[in-house]
Amino acid sequence: MKIDGADVAAEPRPGQCLRTYLRDQGATAVKKGCDAGDCGACTVLLDGAPVQSCLIPAHRAVDADVVTAAGLGRFGPGGDPSADADHLHPVQQAFVAAAGFQCGFCTAGMVCTVAGMAGAEPEQALKGNLCRCTGYRSIRDALAGRVNTEVAEPGQAFGRAVVAPAAARVVSGREPYTLDEPAPPGLLHVAVLGSPHPHARITRIETAAARTAPGVHLVLTHHDVPGTLYSTARHENRLDDPDDTRILDPVLRFVGQRVAVVVAETPRQAREAVALLEVDYETLPAVFDPEAARQPGAPVLHPGKTGAEHRVAEASRNVVVQIHQEHAEPGHDGVDAALAASAAAVTGTWTNDRVNHVALETHGARSWLAPGPHGDVLHVRTSTQVPFLVRDELARLLDLPKDRVRVVAGRVGGGFGGKQELLVEDVVALATLRTGRPVQWELTREQQFTTVPCRHPMRVTVRAGADEAGSLTALAIDVLADTGAYGNHAPGVLFHGVHESMAVYRAPNKRVDAESVYTNNVPSGAFRGYGLGQVQFAIEGAIDELAARLGIDPVEMRRRNVIRPGDAFVVGQPVDGDLEYGSYGLDQCLDLVERALARRPSEPVETGLNEEWSVGRGIALAMIATIPPRGHFTHARVSLAADGDFVVDVGTAEFGNGTTTVHAQIAATELGVPTARVRVRPSDTATAGYDTGAFGSAGSVVAGLAVQRAARALHAHLTTVAGANIAPIPGHEDATITPTAEGGVSAEATHDGSPRSVAFNVHGFRVAVHRETGEVRILQSVHAADAGVVINPEQLRGQIDGGVAQAFGSATTERMVVRDGVVVTRTLRHYRVPQLADIPVTEVLFADTVDRLGPSGAKSMSEAPYNPVAPALANAIADATGVRPRDLPIQRDRLWELLRATES
Amino acid sequence: MDLDIDTVRVARTRADCALRPGEAFLGGGTFLYSEPVAAGVTGLVDLTGMGWEPWSVDGSGLRVAGTCTLEELVSGPGSLGGPPGVPGPYRGLGIVGECVAALTLSAKVARTATVGGNLALGLPAGSMVGLFAALDAVAVVWTPDGGSREVAVSDLVTGAGSVALSGGEVLREVRVPAAALGQRTAFRRASLTPNGRTAAMVTGRRIGDDVALVLTASVPAPHVLLVGVDDHEALDRRIEGIAGAGDSAWYEDTHGSPAWRAAMTRRLAHEALEELGGTA
Repeated sequence: MKIDGADVAAEPRPGQCLRTYLRDQGATAVKKGCDAGDCGACTVLLDGAPVQSCLIPAHRAVDADVVTAAGLGRFGPGGDPSADADHLHPVQQAFVAAAGFQCGFCTAGMVCTVAGMAGAEPEQALKGNLCRCTGYRSIRDALAGRVNTEVAEPGQAFGRAVVAPAAARVVSGREPYTLDEPAPPGLLHVAVLGSPHPHARITRIETAAARTAPGVHLVLTHHDVPGTLYSTARHENRLDDPDDTRILDPVLRFVGQRVAVVVAETPRQAREAVALLEVDYETLPAVFDPEAARQPGAPVLHPGKTGAEHRVAEASRNVVVQIHQEHAEPGHDGVDAALAASAAAVTGTWTNDRVNHVALETHGARSWLAPGPHGDVLHVRTSTQVPFLVRDELARLLDLPKDRVRVVAGRVGGGFGGKQELLVEDVVALATLRTGRPVQWELTREQQFTTVPCRHPMRVTVRAGADEAGSLTALAIDVLADTGAYGNHAPGVLFHGVHESMAVYRAPNKRVDAESVYTNNVPSGAFRGYGLGQVQFAIEGAIDELAARLGIDPVEMRRRNVIRPGDAFVVGQPVDGDLEYGSYGLDQCLDLVERALARRPSEPVETGLNEEWSVGRGIALAMIATIPPRGHFTHARVSLAADGDFVVDVGTAEFGNGTTTVHAQIAATELGVPTARVRVRPSDTATAGYDTGAFGSAGSVVAGLAVQRAARALHAHLTTVAGANIAPIPGHEDATITPTAEGGVSAEATHDGSPRSVAFNVHGFRVAVHRETGEVRILQSVHAADAGVVINPEQLRGQIDGGVAQAFGSATTERMVVRDGVVVTRTLRHYRVPQLADIPVTEVLFADTVDRLGPSGAKSMSEAPYNPVAPALANAIADATGVRPRDLPIQRDRLWELLRATES
Repeated sequence: MDLDIDTVRVARTRADCALRPGEAFLGGGTFLYSEPVAAGVTGLVDLTGMGWEPWSVDGSGLRVAGTCTLEELVSGPGSLGGPPGVPGPYRGLGIVGECVAALTLSAKVARTATVGGNLALGLPAGSMVGLFAALDAVAVVWTPDGGSREVAVSDLVTGAGSVALSGGEVLREVRVPAAALGQRTAFRRASLTPNGRTAAMVTGRRIGDDVALVLTASVPAPHVLLVGVDDHEALDRRIEGIAGAGDSAWYEDTHGSPAWRAAMTRRLAHEALEELGGTA
């Protein structure tokens, strides 16, 4: 076989697919996204034609000519064989110029597909390629040859559409993701036995046959691991989450939970040894419905857990966390009285199904030991948004000092909240400590669906009342969240979910009842929007219904009732904290969307829309705090390197959120240099200062602000102070200047993530609904965002496109089907992530605001665009049909059923 | 994905097609390599090494080899069908392209996936069943004793994922009679998303004063309904008859509720009947 022009002679193993064969030969441009032919990340050119290499039997390709993204520029169609190895193919250049990627994990397969299918329509060319980050708009632009990026003049990068620093490496598959570095010698592999029962106790576990099976180095059961309780969720304060989880637990609380771990020389040997484990279970009664789970007599999942010790509110009722608050302004008598006296009142219940993150890179980690100054250091390279928090908890679980654990995240292939967890690192770390060998564990796509946390399903009942003029009199919500078998992120998601969603509306009477409940389902966890989307879906539906009852335009209804600067933030009680109006653009966002929708007529002018179609429009809004509450810490260092370039060391991770670009832009702007002279080194606990992590949309505004302070101080030092003088610089007391070992100088600064501002998003849809089939066509999609001063317009637009697309998937097609605790949808062909053909182009508009808290007036904007999309769609469908969908996703069959039920 | 097996044999002769214990046939492999291998399977016999001519057409009709890839099917027989509505000796093949596009697979996978593999999987949404059943095709099956037998494609799939093939039997080819090639055909499908898995599919062929409609995807196994041209009442009665078979009449999976599938099937079947009306 030829791989990118080079001959290889290795014989494939029987049953080996081409993808693993190529990666075994070092061709790590070929990614594994699904391993089942559904995502396209492994696409290569096989004798000139694009194929999904995970489906190609390697034995058939032994005489083939294979071109990967790494060789596309030289050996692809129209390539230049005499060019340098890093020469980019025109398709790759187009992806760079259009900024047609974010995390980039899908990109290597995407460019091979496009290069091999010249002339095909985008919808057909990319029928077999999934991108989870971009929402496909920028990919369409790449295919059309549109240029969305620019080169900024030295010192002028802030506010410009600068290309991501890793762009050329990403599009050519050379950027190393978690498992793309050469395998260390002696690497062992993990396989895990998953629980066949939703609730059971292990009564016997016999490992002798597995331990002596070929290639096996280690078998771990609950007898062999520390019994320390922890939570897979990671937060700045580890006490945010309940301690209810063990590395291996004798009690199993969901189907697929780890029963035992086998570590062997090959993945197959590990899998085969798993089959030799003998386990007896005592099955226990299970409960899958969260309402049933909190009723008397329900099976108790975590008996004996307490609030004081484990932070489980009422273990006997399976309630992890609860909120019960009511607030009446002076002169008001509370929600019930207000609703009884209101001109109009609505009550309704909204639900959403489980949604999977589907980051294209699955969870995976590799660990090894390397000598350090005080003994061996445990290294863990992992696909995480929170390397420092993983390090801290690993040190705690394994009883190691923090300086003996080093956690590194390479470029992370998508996160969306799913990688704010400790899910595989504990196993590989423990296995390395026990065997002394490097150990790797890469989750399968099926394990991503069946064993790792998904988005919280919630049931939200809203009661809302208004007077005749449309002013809210009362707003009350009752939230029931299903946290699944463990309480990771249960408190955070519940508190956040009810927070900005309630606070964005003024009402003299408010009430919040909310509980997050254990069930024997796969655990729920952090997901883009962190609870807000679920609750906002319900509240925005209720507000819309109230407006319809009163005959008030839905945009006007919101204008009358949203908070304005100076108003207190009230959830179920007034919020006493560090949330401020650093800026306010909600009014502009409402205006922008209203005007955009008005520019297009509401008649079914589109061809093919006959009388069976109903047309309508809908909007929804969302507010989000720009930073997670209660502290988000970062420590940035900007150094002048020996070669004259500048190095930014910052602990936050790059997972497609674009922070590396933003940090380079901020530093280059402060230092007055081109961005090409700034190297950002993120997410390594050994080289960077502490960072809480890349979640809560904090990468630009927290780490970014610290980078800005450090870069500004370094610039002042270099321009005003003589070389060795490291005295504090007037005006830059928030940074420290230090000489570096290489004879250079560096500046360090921190940020504690407080105070926090608020950002806003408004989405509008115009839809046509086909009553006979349930089909919904998007006639227009418009999104307005209040992100403060825009740091990188193309990246920001990309974040919004991506958030809208992910939300569109949750709103219309994505649904983890779970029956009696068993996840049925365990492949991407059964769990429908939007393809390019499914996503409408969204017009993206920005409010003109300047935030006084963020770096140079910027606000965060990566989770938020997700939140208003589903309610805007439901509101548009309600406007079109008179029937309000209250359950997500709004699949064709469900909408058809709903319309039919209403007609009959 | 990598399959945990120990041997792969590339079949070159019919004798190579005799399975040894633990062996299973490998067609294109695009399904087989997408899931862990079934328990007990330790080896594969790759049929693509047989070198069968992908397809041929002569006076007796069209033959399509089991190993013909979906891409070859579209670019060959599919292109013979010509544009929709244009009369010709092969106009029945005008629905080939739509039937392949009805699959969730991309053009990349169609390059490897085979007609025989799609048929032998017996998936309700496997569109080759609807295509070849509408074309009145028979499957030629090689039996392990060295002989062969024929089975109508409409009888090949007996339930969701079950087919009338015994262990060791090879789906050698499908044969479409010449008469069907020249007859008008129609295609309709419904799915939850534009490129999603087909939830209801109707293929049809005009036969003199009658229309044969084949329902797939919404039912566990194909239904062939023969109704008079424009006889929509008869069609309704036939569809009612399917519903009368009970709860399992309409296939249920995550790609559409049974009630919706039933309604879409009825809608599409009437559309296909309408399209196949008028002069033959």
